[in-house]
Amino acid sequence: MNLIEFQNFCFRYDHSEDFVLKDININIDSGKFILMCGITGSGKTSLVRAMNGLIPQFYHGEIKGNVLVKGKNTKNVPTSTLSRDVGLVFQNPENQLIAMNVEREIAFGPENIGVPWDEMDSRIKECIKITDIEHLRKKAPFEISGGEQQRVAIASILALQPEIIIFDEPTSLLDPKSAIQILNLLKKILLEKKVSTIIVIEHRLDIVLPLADEIILVDKGRILEQGEAHNVINGEKFLNSGVNIPKCVSVFQQLMNQNIFSGKLPISIEETKNLINSIK
Amino acid sequence: MEKKLEDLQILVNNLTYHYPDGTIALKGVNLNIYSGEIVGIMGKNGAGKSTLIKTFNGLLKPTTGVVYIENDEVNNVLMSKLTKKVGIVFQNPDLQLFANTVEDEIRFSLKNLNFTKIELENQISLTLEKFKLKKFQNRTPFTLSGGEKKRLAIASIMCRNPEIIVFDEPTIGQDAEGVKFIRNLIKEKHSEGKTIIIVTHDIEFAIDNIPRTILMADGLIIADGPTNKILSQDQILNIGYLISPQLIILSKFLIDLKIKVPEDVYIKENMVQFLGSYFKDKMGITEGGKP
Repeated sequence: MNLIEFQNFCFRYDHSEDFVLKDININIDSGKFILMCGITGSGKTSLVRAMNGLIPQFYHGEIKGNVLVKGKNTKNVPTSTLSRDVGLVFQNPENQLIAMNVEREIAFGPENIGVPWDEMDSRIKECIKITDIEHLRKKAPFEISGGEQQRVAIASILALQPEIIIFDEPTSLLDPKSAIQILNLLKKILLEKKVSTIIVIEHRLDIVLPLADEIILVDKGRILEQGEAHNVINGEKFLNSGVNIPKCVSVFQQLMNQNIFSGKLPISIEETKNLINSIK
Repeated sequence: MEKKLEDLQILVNNLTYHYPDGTIALKGVNLNIYSGEIVGIMGKNGAGKSTLIKTFNGLLKPTTGVVYIENDEVNNVLMSKLTKKVGIVFQNPDLQLFANTVEDEIRFSLKNLNFTKIELENQISLTLEKFKLKKFQNRTPFTLSGGEKKRLAIASIMCRNPEIIVFDEPTIGQDAEGVKFIRNLIKEKHSEGKTIIIVTHDIEFAIDNIPRTILMADGLIIADGPTNKILSQDQILNIGYLISPQLIILSKFLIDLKIKVPEDVYIKENMVQFLGSYFKDKMGITEGGKP
């Protein structure tokens, strides 16, 4: 089933001259780890804002077409309702965390949508367990590290049990190892079916590509490509889109241009190793 | 390049810094940076990287120990003098930008540099042009995209032409063109003889653009050396919460397969060349293409 459906959707902010989203027709299915990429200013953030009703309900402007979240039109259904289906985690968790301790932080969302007390406790416990933050339970969100804050932000969104979680550059402030741990955590949440679908906006393609099932490539407010990750990265559109092409992809792309290599470009270090092994 | 004492530009000796809430961010840092160097500072979140660079322009005063910028000890010199010498481009442009328009942001930055009105307007115009911000000049910085805001934050520091330029995470949220822009800017400033310090988590950017890397952990410098050496030692990587760049991982893999690889194969062009001839050799490809 389509979780989110864009129907000829166009959007222009009140303050912008041009449309920032143009003729968007995509479907977001369940069971996918979706990477959304594109150069800066291509419209990625606007696109995710349109997925939970922030556009048009919070960011005003001119609209054409529709966005349906599980059949609900984002023009009419309030964001408070849509947020139960679509959770959004921002780049900087500091902008999102508000409570005095981690446990309260996680409880804040469910309390506001009226989750009964007896269920609350088990929800909090489960979210803490999944994100592996038992040791932080009584700490204040502002006294823990960036990686830990990002885990707390994820736990507090999970507590709302949304079907889809969208992460807008979740690892950009983190050191490489913490970044990989967070992305692996997202994959785990998906594989354990705690959410139906995960959408991640990332510029660090080297660490996120190995996890991606599907890629949505955005350019100048349009969808340039949507498809299975290997298929997309092997296409000219992706390679010429101006996103940060990981080195292993780029090395094999050049070998391909020199007619030394033919086949599918490797999406990860593991695939690169297999490729080298295969011709040993 | 041989390092001479007279070229010593930043000297940090036994520096400690305690935040008012009791957090000890620096626990005895010793560091020499020479004029014209490009130096990377890496390490996990909370290692003390940002605290260290804030002592360079007087934003933070050492708790104990000393920091010299050229001949000035930071404790004994006016911050206005330091900020002319040391420009810091912070990680989060939202915390740096505050003016009503893009143009005013640059104007404010140039304000106290004794320009005449004509020179000032000229300088603003040149800066906007150079940083591709002209078309936004009357927009509020708030409405720019993340990458554009970053460019504005960089422009507002570069227009002051500081001798020492510190970038805190310059490549965050940047696409390939943005990264290239920063790489070219660093090259240009390096060729002008500026000293460049880059705090970064971006291992791929570091391996390509930063010759010397300092690794910090828990308020101390735990390693200082050529970036390719720092980023290939597992023990150091573990302490620093870092991983190896892809081509270092790949070259280690090739070595494990008992394949003889040149030392500089972590550079992309060299890897392409090496794998090119290796593949040709293995697959019996002759000049002109696939068999």
